Amino acid sequence: MKKHAEFKNHQREIFHFQLRLVVSIGFVVILLSILLLRFFYLQAFRHNYYQTLAESNRISIVPIVPNRGLILDRNGVVLARNYSGYTLEINQNKTTNMEATINELSKLVDITAKDRKRFKKLLAESHDFETLMIRNRLSDEEIARFAAQQYRFPGVEIKARLFRDYPFGEQTAHLIGYIGRINEDDIAQLEQSDLVANYRGSDYIGKTGLEQSYESDLHGTTGIEQVEVDAGGRAVRMLSHTAPVSGNTLVLSIDSKLQEIAEQSFGNYRGALVAIDPNNGEVLAFVSKPGYDPNPFIDGIDTQSWDELNNSPDVPLNNRALRGQYPPGSTIKPFMALAGLYFHMRKPEQAINDPGVYYLPGSSRQYRDWKVGGHGSVNMYKAIQMSCDTYFYGLATELGIDNIYNYLSRFGFGNKTGIDMEGESSGLLPSQEWKMKRYQQIWYPGDTVSVGIGQGYSLVTPTQLAFATATLANDGVAYKPHLVKEVRNSFGEQLRQIASDPLYDLSIDKANLDLVKKAMVAVTQPGGTAVYASLGTPYHIAGKTGTAQVVSMKQGEKYDEKNIDERLRDHAWFIAFAPAEEPRIALVVLAENGGHGGGTAAPIARKVLDYYLLGKVPKPMQDVKDEDIEHD
Amino acid sequence: MTRRQLWQRLVAHLDRSLMLGLGLLLITSLIVLYSADNASWDRPLRQLVNMTVALICMWLIANLPLHYLMRTAVPVYVLGMLLLVGVALFGEISHGARRWLNLGVANIQPSELMKIGVPLMMAWYFEKHEATLTLKNYFVAALLLLMPIALIARQPDLGTSILILASGFYVLFLAGLSWRVMGVLLAAAIASAPVLWSMLHEYQRHRIMMLFDPSQDALGNGYHTIQATIAVGSGGIFGKGYLNGTQTHLDFLPERTTDFIFAVFSEEFGLFGCVVMVGMYSFVIWRGFRITANASTYFTRLMAGSITLTFATYAFVNMGMVSGILPVVGVPLPLISYGGTSMLTLMLGFGMLMSIETHKKLVKT
Repeated sequence: MKKHAEFKNHQREIFHFQLRLVVSIGFVVILLSILLLRFFYLQAFRHNYYQTLAESNRISIVPIVPNRGLILDRNGVVLARNYSGYTLEINQNKTTNMEATINELSKLVDITAKDRKRFKKLLAESHDFETLMIRNRLSDEEIARFAAQQYRFPGVEIKARLFRDYPFGEQTAHLIGYIGRINEDDIAQLEQSDLVANYRGSDYIGKTGLEQSYESDLHGTTGIEQVEVDAGGRAVRMLSHTAPVSGNTLVLSIDSKLQEIAEQSFGNYRGALVAIDPNNGEVLAFVSKPGYDPNPFIDGIDTQSWDELNNSPDVPLNNRALRGQYPPGSTIKPFMALAGLYFHMRKPEQAINDPGVYYLPGSSRQYRDWKVGGHGSVNMYKAIQMSCDTYFYGLATELGIDNIYNYLSRFGFGNKTGIDMEGESSGLLPSQEWKMKRYQQIWYPGDTVSVGIGQGYSLVTPTQLAFATATLANDGVAYKPHLVKEVRNSFGEQLRQIASDPLYDLSIDKANLDLVKKAMVAVTQPGGTAVYASLGTPYHIAGKTGTAQVVSMKQGEKYDEKNIDERLRDHAWFIAFAPAEEPRIALVVLAENGGHGGGTAAPIARKVLDYYLLGKVPKPMQDVKDEDIEHD
Repeated sequence: MTRRQLWQRLVAHLDRSLMLGLGLLLITSLIVLYSADNASWDRPLRQLVNMTVALICMWLIANLPLHYLMRTAVPVYVLGMLLLVGVALFGEISHGARRWLNLGVANIQPSELMKIGVPLMMAWYFEKHEATLTLKNYFVAALLLLMPIALIARQPDLGTSILILASGFYVLFLAGLSWRVMGVLLAAAIASAPVLWSMLHEYQRHRIMMLFDPSQDALGNGYHTIQATIAVGSGGIFGKGYLNGTQTHLDFLPERTTDFIFAVFSEEFGLFGCVVMVGMYSFVIWRGFRITANASTYFTRLMAGSITLTFATYAFVNMGMVSGILPVVGVPLPLISYGGTSMLTLMLGFGMLMSIETHKKLVKT
């Protein structure tokens, strides 16, 4: 009995155990199923995702920075180039005591205080892992000296790099501009235009001038090298190589020799000169004085030099030709005359009497002519030749501001010319609407009187005035001014030409044009305001002088009493085109505080014209005898 | 004695199916190790030596009659406990954990011994009290289990303590611990989770946290998990091909000859290989369960079941950890990962399984 119970018990126990075993098997089946599902999920369902991750793990994309495009003048003279040079660079990660390292280095290579300052600035702006330049353009001797001692400087190395160089320095500073290290603003802009990928590995970007405006041409296409790397980041083998495409070459319409002569002709005057070929809009010379040396900007200018440039009363960093806004003064008169003829307000031969002062009808307010006592009886021809203010006061009043605005805007006044450089100012051609918007005031007849002689609210940039002058010279057929003539690839094949078709034709009446042009020739003839400009020239110059009253300069001058007189002097304008009969060049000269246009601005123009039309090279500085030189 | 007779004597206590399954896994191990070691024979050859030693030990155990095996239970357990106490007092510290004991001649890791010792002891205890099992006996058995685990967890060695806990629990489960008690234990475990959490070391907590979001610490602890998951996933259906795993050969996979060797395998052989691998494990486990079902005594049933289930757990925990569904707890892939100790422990287990299978007739008579 007992045995039976035991047996039964044994049977029950076996049964229980078998049950537990089945549960265990079920448990294992569940575990293994979970694994298989997981494998299926990872390897079949999400395979592409993990494949991508594995690829990006192992493949490192190394950018190859393209060579920046060259900038040449119209004759092939190099204005911006690259040269390979050796730099001394410090790796921040491997250098513990930066100060001591630099001190030691300075015993081997020449490290100036400026180098140190610039390095400090770079250090402050950089990321930890970057390698920073302490010296560039090492001499062979310096390289040899450092190489012998290199073991002492684990974090310092010599690197061969391509450098940008502007051989003309100051002369082309405002034209070419400069490149500089890419900063956060640049990155934000690149991100916006979706160009970040092409700048991987690039350190520099165009900051001003043509370097900035033609950045997309000059930069080139970054090459890519795909390298297989291990977990430590060491390259194991190369997978693919896409060569970089060098930046395009810019061929400018600028004539560097003309540019040089124009620049030197200013002597110590500040100002601007823009010369345009009226037949196609090619800008031949583009000068803003004073300039500055763009070369130090490339690798970050030191703070002290920057402050000197930035705080100078001469504002050398301001591109006057592009951004300087000045009242056009009497240079507006030929255009006013054309407006008068267009609206039939004046007949050419119709003469007025100039007593030296003008009154608006029913007003006692005096508007003086520049010539005390007046010019007597003047018709349109004489009014331009002698720059008679009274004639144009009356003409402006008769035309009214609406007509003036309407007509002058056809010549581009008050609008950007669209020249191929970023940052152009638009000047100001006032209108009733503008005044209401700007000052919440109605337009007074007195406002119109001032506009008639290019004063009052009117503002122009030298580029704008040059465009208007060129359009006038070309009988109303306007070409968009452009500094770049053509873009070539790095092998010298032409890719495209910049703007060779006319913008528009103003269809100016031939008789009106002849009259104004003849009067402008008379300006440079005896009896005109710029008679010295054309003394002894074998060609005729059509010109017009102008004087811009300095008002805005007053505030700035308080700090420098010695210069107050000079800096408050009027700005001198001269616009011209020559030969008058078949113009090949139209130009604008602005000499800040140069007094009257005929005396200072016209001689500068003359030298430029002589070189361009006759190939005559002036003896530098010899002809500039103005007393003002002593001041600067 | 003819040659044939000698051979039959030699293989008499080896289980043919089990030998087939183990053999396939060991050959796979050598193949994968060669790739994981960057096409070097260094580790595969050394592992071959480990295997040989382990196989000889397995053969010895397989030939050992069961009553001898039972007799070793108490001495092995007591020795193991003494050594664990010794580790706690005089152990060598390496990588922040005190796991090794220097006995002058060799460094030993007593926790490995307990992987066999604990279930052996518990099975022996249940066998002793088979006729009169009460709840008290389960309690004593649990105590036998928890004492070494407490010592091992303190070292700290989370992976090993979890595996020993599992192997001991399987003995309790197979011995018929009532479902109700297990329910209570489960509830208690859930309730005490916050307390256990606070007792864990910082790095252990980190590893568990990592499981939920490995990207949080992509360069630190999450790195292992992320890179292993990438290796597995990028393998695809048929893998990148033998010796062509980029994660493996470009050094992205950490510990690729030991704990993460499965990532190497699945990167190069893909889903197809993984299914085959799971198939090989299933075959071995299935054979283990067959042996368990046929076992003749209470002790052997418990022992065989526990060994089989523990083996399955090993495989699951390692593959789960490499494929990112379990925390990285430092459990090698059984029979595949490089390393002599774990190989030896596993083979001793299989030796016991074979002994159980081949000696049962002797017991019956």
